[in-house]
Amino acid sequence: MNDQVMSPEQRAANLKGMGCARKRVEDVRFTQGKGRYVDDIKLDGMLFGDFVRSPYAHARVVSVDTSEAMKVPGVVAVLTAQDLAPLGLHWMPTLAGDRQMVLADGKVLFQGQEVAFVVASDRYAAADAVEKVVVEYEELPVVVDPFKALEPDAPVLREDLEGKMTGAHGPRRHHNHIFTWEQGDKDATEAVLAGADVVAEEMVYYHRTHPSPLETCGCVAAMDKVTGKLTLYGTFQAPHAIRTVVSLISGLAEHNIRVISPDIGGGFGNKVGAYSGYVCSVVASIVTGKPVKWVEDRMENLMSTAFARDYWMHGKIAATKEGKITGLWCHTTADHGGFDACADPTKFPAGFMNICTGSYDIPTAYLAVDGVYTNKAPGGVAYRCSFRVTEAAYFIERMIEVLAIKLGMDAAELRRINFIRKDQFPYQSALGWEYDSGDYHTAWEKALNAVGYDALRKEQAQRLEDFKAGKTRKLIGIGLTHFTEIVGAGPVKNCDILGLGMFDSCEIRIHPTGSAIARLGTISQGQGHATTFAQILASEIGIPADNITVEEGDTDTAPYGLGTYGSRSTPVAGAATAMAGRKIRAKAQMIAAWLLEVHDDDVEFDVDRFVVKGAPERFKTMKEIAFAAYNQAIPGLEPGLEAVSYYDPPNMTYPFGAYICVMEIDVDTGVHEVRQFYALDDCGTRINPMVIEGQIHGGATEGYAIAMGQEIAYDDMGNHKSATLMDFFIPTSWETPTYQTDFTVTPSPHHPIGAKGVGESPNVGSVPCFSNAVHDAFRPFGLTQSHMPHDQWRIWKIANDLGLHG
Amino acid sequence: MANKMHVKLTLNGQQVEGLAEPRTLLIHFLRENLNVTGPHIGCETSHCGACTVDMNGKSVKSCTVFVAQANGAEVTTVEGLVNPDGSLGVIQEMFREHHGLQCGFCTPGMITRAHRLLQENPRPTEEEVRFGMAGNLCRCTGYQNIVKAILASADMLNAQKEAAE
Ligand code: FES
Ligand code: FES
Repeated sequence: MNDQVMSPEQRAANLKGMGCARKRVEDVRFTQGKGRYVDDIKLDGMLFGDFVRSPYAHARVVSVDTSEAMKVPGVVAVLTAQDLAPLGLHWMPTLAGDRQMVLADGKVLFQGQEVAFVVASDRYAAADAVEKVVVEYEELPVVVDPFKALEPDAPVLREDLEGKMTGAHGPRRHHNHIFTWEQGDKDATEAVLAGADVVAEEMVYYHRTHPSPLETCGCVAAMDKVTGKLTLYGTFQAPHAIRTVVSLISGLAEHNIRVISPDIGGGFGNKVGAYSGYVCSVVASIVTGKPVKWVEDRMENLMSTAFARDYWMHGKIAATKEGKITGLWCHTTADHGGFDACADPTKFPAGFMNICTGSYDIPTAYLAVDGVYTNKAPGGVAYRCSFRVTEAAYFIERMIEVLAIKLGMDAAELRRINFIRKDQFPYQSALGWEYDSGDYHTAWEKALNAVGYDALRKEQAQRLEDFKAGKTRKLIGIGLTHFTEIVGAGPVKNCDILGLGMFDSCEIRIHPTGSAIARLGTISQGQGHATTFAQILASEIGIPADNITVEEGDTDTAPYGLGTYGSRSTPVAGAATAMAGRKIRAKAQMIAAWLLEVHDDDVEFDVDRFVVKGAPERFKTMKEIAFAAYNQAIPGLEPGLEAVSYYDPPNMTYPFGAYICVMEIDVDTGVHEVRQFYALDDCGTRINPMVIEGQIHGGATEGYAIAMGQEIAYDDMGNHKSATLMDFFIPTSWETPTYQTDFTVTPSPHHPIGAKGVGESPNVGSVPCFSNAVHDAFRPFGLTQSHMPHDQWRIWKIANDLGLHG
Repeated sequence: MANKMHVKLTLNGQQVEGLAEPRTLLIHFLRENLNVTGPHIGCETSHCGACTVDMNGKSVKSCTVFVAQANGAEVTTVEGLVNPDGSLGVIQEMFREHHGLQCGFCTPGMITRAHRLLQENPRPTEEEVRFGMAGNLCRCTGYQNIVKAILASADMLNAQKEAAE
């Protein structure tokens, strides 16, 4: 049907705009193996880099002998710290204001640390040569426990910081202490605790884990000696920031660096940081004049690039005897490993841990976080979370359960009476955030009704009777969680990384025939930006999503932006997209008015066209307007139809959700079965329901892994105990539960389209939900807290410790 | 450099050959010598399944096969599962239809494994799909839509077969 005669509904459906479960445009390439990931890049004369890594967690490096390695056929170079030192590149700045060794400079601080970089003609020759590098080590005492690291006689890890009693985030009080970060009112909180009817206290540990996307980190650095231009392809979640960082540390002018993030095989935070492999590849390419590829293997990925969590959260929560919460106190000991390379906005050394008052109206609160060095891998990243929100959500959702036990109350009811009410938004939290919007009670009721909460509790009670009567060996646990996220970092006034404000951007060009290209400062790693951002634009400018190309990841063409992590793409770049679209629309309105020979104010936008007010038969479609922009000399208007927007969000967005899990637990074997998992998410305006649902399935599966078995573990010698997929739990299709998704819609009042972001909510919400289910099953036997991950052995151990094995 | 051997394969129906050290892993031979980059590398320790290809009628993890073992074999990769006219094959189309992929990194291995699974068992139950696909890890999707896509593929392939009979 011709677009001149279609009904408005048909025209809107044609756009495949917001709200449409549009099929993904990326998938045509990906399903036939035509994606282009970094390891697929092959350049003429390309060399391969590979690392010699430390087998020790703490040792002095006495000598590095590369002579035998250099004899391996195909080896071109072996770089050590000595080679990098003259360039000042043996250390690099971290995102957290610390510095980190690129290659071991006199000592190593964690197992797997990079010691030398072999460059060879193919990956086999490089691997052979790695074996031939002889490194002499002198072992030093190891400390992997952050509490022991702070003891007076603990080994000195960072000799380079000796005597430096001020770090990037204020005073240091011990040689292994990094910072103390305090939020809220300490005295007032302690006074509330002292005078409270009830105080529940617990140590809640959120163990160390790892984002481990299926594609590991890697890059190809190609220095063109003729033009002086460096092209750096890599698995970068923030390509523009990487360009700036490379320029700052290498001294190459920023315009001579082109960073390209090709297709990325999942990121989940792992690909935010700057790693030694990138620096060494760049140096090797400059030295050899050839392109150099470095792609880490899985073991290197799990041992050296990033980690997540590792927070010891000591909490106290005060309430009246009716259960009204009056105060929250939290002291966190944060294990940052050998270098402080955590990826957080500069002013937030513990990320947004101060969202730990959660969904609750808690009038008084205090939080302190101490960062500590240990002999573990550096690089704390937000594993599918917005800067420590996962830790905060886990903490408060455990504390609520612990308080419910203390009060002898139902945990669903305790949550209900403490939720921030709808009429309290925008809500000022005791720890400094302004929650933009929410309707927690509605979501909660919907969730409880959906699962038949009361009936479940009855069934659980009956099962308990049967268990006690010896009729069954299985218990039921009901896990509850109501989480509030804080995403979309963030307002430039308080959010920056390395001084770069955390705005984001979109540039749109409308072509003469009425199709378009949009370029953004973000980068998809599976979220489907090419699909969903086109939908936002389609609704904003009335051009079908199918006629809009979305491009990201090439710093030579895309506008500057801070990248994709912390669920910031939709809240920030999505807003930039809408705003740039509105600029296009504003110009289109003038063109339409001129074409229709009426005043600008006499036309209005209608789905895909401007119509003369009161005369709907007189209109110009966006397609016609686009052509006119290039073909007519319109008085007072420049030709063309383009716009760019750099969006500085006025506030964060606060997605929330209500999750409920029903779990069967075999007391004798520790085996669990997730019988039901219900996830209600409120991410504000929904752009593509299919993509949202996919994000929830994926995030909840990561949460399932973390809660039920996934961990990065070290022994006392600092040996990494989970560096292969044999030991590091990633659930298969066999173990993974089936999810039931649901939603409410509370649009963000300050976001141009009301969207809040959803990618990380399911990880944030599902971990406490699974964990609470395990705890809940054993609540009648006196369990208050047992640390994750709840693998089979640990669940068996809970039962055993509680005397349930007879 | 170590001695290289002459390797011949039937890859996606075509005769191909190349020189490689016998220790070269099949995945590296495919990706680097033959430029077939559909199969990916997620672990090199046979845990993740990203490198899954079909070899002589069986799913194999090509990171665990030496090219010497694959000499003379018939190998199919995800690239070989498109229709002769270049359009997406049924399983590929169903993965797209049911949002069975996100970053796409596991997808070639998943689809190649699903292709073999549905030959082994043309009418699988959900449970059989979940069990039969357990050698392939996905970090993005939570598998729910992958399972849906494979069940839908089974229906469609069976319907096509019936129509042809
Ligand atoms: S790369 Fe072969 S199974 Fe992971
Ligand atoms: S789609 Fe990303 S690993 Fe499966």
